[in-house]
Amino acid sequence: MTTAPERTRPAATRQDGPNVGRPVDRVDGVAKTTGAAKYSADFPYADIAHAALVHAGIARGRVTAIDTGAAEAVPGVLKVLTHQNAPRMAPPPKVSIADLSTMAPGTPVNYLNTDEVHWNGQPVAVVVAESLEAAHAAARLVRVSYEQQPATTDFAVAREHPKQVKNSMIDVGEARKGDAERALADAPVTVDLRYTTPGQNHNAIEPHATTAAWDGDRLTVHDATQNIDWTRKHLALRFGVPAAQVRVVATFVGGGFGGKGSVWAGTLLTALAARATGRPVRMALSRESVSRTVGGRAPTVQRVALGAERDGTLTALVHTGLTQVGRVGGGAERVASQSQYLYAAPAILVRHSTAEVDALPNTFMRAPGEAVGSFALESAIDELAGELGMDPIDLRVRNEPERSPLSGKRFSRRDLRRVYARGADRFGWAGRDPKPRSMRDGRWLVGWGVASALHIPVPLPGDVLVRLRADGTVLVRSGLQEIGVGIATIVAQVTADALGVPLDVVSVEIGDSDQPTAPGAGGSTQTSAATAAVLQACEELKRSALGLARRAASSPLRGARPGDVETRDGGLRLAGGAGESYAEILGRAGVPALEARTGSDSRLGQAVGQARFMARFLNDRRRWVHPATGVHFCEVRVDPDTAEVRVSRWLGVFDVGRVMNAKLAGSQLRGGVVMGIGAALSEETLVDPRTGRIMNPGLGEYHVPVHADVPRIDIECLDEPDPTTPLGLIGAGEVGITGVAAAVANAVHHATGVRVRDLPVTLDRLL
Amino acid sequence: MVEVELRVNGAARRVDLDPRVSLLDALREHLELTGTKKGCNQGACGACTVLVDGERIASCLALAVQYGGREITTIEGVEHPLQRAFIAADGLQCGYCTPGQVCSALGMLAEHRAGAPSAVTADLTATDVPLTDAEIKERMSGNLCRCGAYDGIATAIRETAIKEVAA
Amino acid sequence: MRSFTYVSAPDVDSAVRTLAETPGAKPLGGGTNLVDLMRQDVERPPTLVDITGLPLTGVDELPGGGLRIGALVRNSHLAAHPAVRSRFPMLAQALLSGASGQVRNMATVGGNLLQRTRCLYFVDATAACNKREPGSGCDAAGGLHRAGAVLGASEHCVATHPSDMAVALAALDAVVEVRSVRGARSVPLLDFYRLPGDTPQLETVLEPDELIVAIDLPAPVTVHSAYRKVRDRASFAFALVSVAAALETRDSEVVAVRLALGGVAAKPWRAVEAERVLTGAPATEETFRQAAEAELAAAVGLPGNEFKIELARRTIVATLRRLATS
Ligand SMILES: Cc1cc2nc3c(=O)[nH]c(=O)nc-3n(C[C@H](O)[C@H](O)[C@H](O)COP(=O)(O)OP(=O)(O)OC[C@H]3O[C@@H](n4cnc5c(N)ncnc54)[C@H](O)[C@@H]3O)c2cc1C
Ligand code: SF4
Ligand code: FES
Ligand code: FES
Repeated sequence: MTTAPERTRPAATRQDGPNVGRPVDRVDGVAKTTGAAKYSADFPYADIAHAALVHAGIARGRVTAIDTGAAEAVPGVLKVLTHQNAPRMAPPPKVSIADLSTMAPGTPVNYLNTDEVHWNGQPVAVVVAESLEAAHAAARLVRVSYEQQPATTDFAVAREHPKQVKNSMIDVGEARKGDAERALADAPVTVDLRYTTPGQNHNAIEPHATTAAWDGDRLTVHDATQNIDWTRKHLALRFGVPAAQVRVVATFVGGGFGGKGSVWAGTLLTALAARATGRPVRMALSRESVSRTVGGRAPTVQRVALGAERDGTLTALVHTGLTQVGRVGGGAERVASQSQYLYAAPAILVRHSTAEVDALPNTFMRAPGEAVGSFALESAIDELAGELGMDPIDLRVRNEPERSPLSGKRFSRRDLRRVYARGADRFGWAGRDPKPRSMRDGRWLVGWGVASALHIPVPLPGDVLVRLRADGTVLVRSGLQEIGVGIATIVAQVTADALGVPLDVVSVEIGDSDQPTAPGAGGSTQTSAATAAVLQACEELKRSALGLARRAASSPLRGARPGDVETRDGGLRLAGGAGESYAEILGRAGVPALEARTGSDSRLGQAVGQARFMARFLNDRRRWVHPATGVHFCEVRVDPDTAEVRVSRWLGVFDVGRVMNAKLAGSQLRGGVVMGIGAALSEETLVDPRTGRIMNPGLGEYHVPVHADVPRIDIECLDEPDPTTPLGLIGAGEVGITGVAAAVANAVHHATGVRVRDLPVTLDRLL
Repeated sequence: MVEVELRVNGAARRVDLDPRVSLLDALREHLELTGTKKGCNQGACGACTVLVDGERIASCLALAVQYGGREITTIEGVEHPLQRAFIAADGLQCGYCTPGQVCSALGMLAEHRAGAPSAVTADLTATDVPLTDAEIKERMSGNLCRCGAYDGIATAIRETAIKEVAA
Repeated sequence: MRSFTYVSAPDVDSAVRTLAETPGAKPLGGGTNLVDLMRQDVERPPTLVDITGLPLTGVDELPGGGLRIGALVRNSHLAAHPAVRSRFPMLAQALLSGASGQVRNMATVGGNLLQRTRCLYFVDATAACNKREPGSGCDAAGGLHRAGAVLGASEHCVATHPSDMAVALAALDAVVEVRSVRGARSVPLLDFYRLPGDTPQLETVLEPDELIVAIDLPAPVTVHSAYRKVRDRASFAFALVSVAAALETRDSEVVAVRLALGGVAAKPWRAVEAERVLTGAPATEETFRQAAEAELAAAVGLPGNEFKIELARRTIVATLRRLATS
């Protein structure tokens, strides 16, 4: 067990309650299973107009002419917006650490305010029409002429000119401990391997959609976003109105995975179209438009080199990655991230570099960098185990670090040895014959693979308002986004227990920028942010309620102090059991409701809050590394004739800190595994290297896993709190996908003897 | 414009439609039934699944004018234990694919009851094919779930089917 | 999608009359391919003749053990039909391996035969494609063509026909029954499709005003048949390679065989060379391999789809082996 020593470890704040920690059903389950849940394209507006995008057909150059005549002649067309007639927008802001919302745009390209084309597919016009049919038909009729400029459209060519990433607050360009190359040269056993992964797309089943309505200088936007706060601030800035006059609503979001974490063309251009036409405008992007305007995961080329003693002790670990970025945006995929944390090598070198392509900028996609970086690292560990003739779990256990290998910091909790042991036991790993092609089931070749998972969530601050009403009901409001995590459910659970009320009296309203500001749904951070704020607000409510009761002569709580009372049975109770319900307390005092909110509405208050949070965060990060960890075990079957691969069994054992709701956490972790299986076996954004054009911008040709591709996925969590975080949470949103592709590739190697180092593992790579 | 009588969830509505309007867009934009979702508009995701005379179809590829007079059931017209089973088994996350999954599953269970085989049915002549996990997964493969709620969906369907047989 | 006139045909006569009298008019079956392509601006018919009300939904016994399948029978209904399941299992399996439950409930037999290629450049109206725009070039040949043809392709087009059902029909010696104002004619399925040559835009011998009214299946040479589809997902994906095979052996000798391949050519590919090698030969792995070799001797791959030749070889052998041993 490698957790921090008792002396330096704060006491666990584990709070068991009737709801927290229990696998309660989603509070929005009924809305979602009856069609009542409203997503961004579902809000009716009288007089709505529909918009559709026109995409550039070249990778780089200028628009020299746009013929909109045929499009305008289509009955029902209201306007065709181009760079020649579109209203001006303020240019996107420079990124600044002082205001994180400056990171909102996916690219600094000022759509329709410029004649420049930076990628094949960039929007160059927007058609607004009375009907969906007219808008989409007319969009096909816009004729664009270009002056083409030489473009780099092939990553294979661009990567001849890598640029090393600079070290900064948000990026690791290079980090090293010892002389890893030297140690590698001296090591008795080595592997030195190259892996590649292709571009991938989030392909949330809800395509990005925006409904925008201006009322004078007030803008209301229903947007499929993972970040209503940044979207609001960004829209305000671009359209030159105060942020308070922009309202962004995202009650339900149909999946995001990072693809809705930035502000992309659709959102901006819908607001622009609404302003230009004076009508409420909806732009529900076609699947093709999503693929052409919303970045995905960048393709990568990686080198992993490992040196070891003959007993498996690692002596060197080198992990370098070269990843594609757009010439107009996108960032390095931090593929070597896990190599800083997973194994106790005395000499480590990680390095990230990028190559610019005239392409749609890449963006965050579930466990950015790590999802595909772990494919390389965890495949290489398997290959080294093969070289050593060692069991891959034994190899991992042997190199399990006591402290974070590169930085020397402590892990706030980490118990991977137990995770491995538990997984191996449940999966029956001891029954594996390590020889490739040694296991069969009938005709099928059977292979078992294992890989570690690790992800480090980034906390962000969030605020809530909690209102306790005299009738005993509770309302929580917070600008959180529900993208599938079940955030409203978790908030309700925590609130119910913190106030000692039943779950069904708590209602949770989220997804509206008029509510207290909360972080975006990304980085596996929403749950910790929301729960910490809820606890704080509920503590304040408890004090306020007690304040009312302790002054009342008739109250059994008269004179009681906060430390004397518990929140229980719908009110405040003394240890002996005497006490009162909230309804009694508020009723007697004639107070209709008590309210507590964290944070502040004012700009200054928010800035102070952010600064305080930052200070706490940096202080925490100086001391601790908080990893969500896990292990995947998978079984594949491979057809000996056709090399078709089927995943037939899966077990994931995770340590994500405290589990608030095993049902929801299990679903999130499973979801990560499913997406990882897609990355392993079938997902690839196909780009024609000659034109830079994405050639599979649809769900028919971009192969996300279907029901039949996915076996039952068994998930177990240790469920032990991180003693250094509120409620003991670490975060479960992303760790699930890390390591998955490697587990599959390792199993395929075990089944077939063929090592595939290029994703996806399609059958042609095995024939 | 073509006048069409759309019979949806038991109620008939006459609407004037451009013949280009898909059944999906007719429901969403003309009848304000937004429970049925658009995920791809290409038949490739199943989010738009509705039942027509009890059979599941992809409403995005259906021209509304072709479906006049047919009995159309959308998620708004479904009240079935399967929905509770989805919640209990957590067969959903973001919920966007869910209306399509539910309608598709109802159509699929009816097909199965009628003895229809699937691509994984070993004995094609059998008329009472056991509804194994493999059968459920193959028959539901027209409904993508990017959140990856497949496990819960399969559980919900299996348990509902078992209860139906028992009842 | 461009505007069009919608006409619902009350009977076959008026359907073919409308097709003859209205230039560019197209029959509308389930719409699962046509509506999609119209949205992509690949198909631009000024008139759609809705044929789904026509009484062509029967599956009837023909004298001698064959079947007549109405052109409007839905793919799912045909697959579930008892006669198809018991006597033409490869056809049921081919249908069930195509698309999804929802699409199969909509798709008609006629529309399935006439569905168009899934070539990535064919459906992208900005690309050069001889099939979509004769003379514009073929972006697939020098680009992405993993799904492309290895048999019967030309420099002008390397696309494949995507239908699974048609592969089984090719192996079953199906006959396409066609009607127009000029009368009725029967076209054997093997003569129905054309190879691309220098006119890839012409995919079948059907005239624009002709309507498919039925498919006739002669009695099968054997009920011992299977359809094997190899693809990138376990379900809901088009074939990389598929094999429809019927095999009858007596005393370990092949007495009757029918073999067709999918995913390898612009049409369902009847493997006549392989059938020749197999007929009368011992039903062994060695024979199966020789048969596959013989059929694929003429195959030519491109860098991105070369693997299909080996894959086809292996899938033929595996399918025949399974039939021989089950
Ligand atoms: C997501 C998706 C996945 C798919 N996967 C597969 C697959 O794996 N395997 C597979 O085989 N197919 C697959 N398909 C294709 C599907 O099988 C076809 O779209 C379907 O069979 C077409 O039938 P339809 O009735 O809808 O044709 P329509 O779309 O109505 O028509 C197609 C063409 O045929 C013409 N036509 C229709 N009927 C007649 C007639 N009677 N006489 C003359 N002309 C006629 C039309 O004018 C049109 O040109 C898939 C489709 C989708 C959308
Ligand atoms: S292969 Fe055929 S369909 Fe594809 S681009 Fe070339 S000509 Fe067009
Ligand atoms: S929206 Fe109809 S299948 Fe995707
Ligand atoms: S629940 Fe989100 S796509 Fe299925």
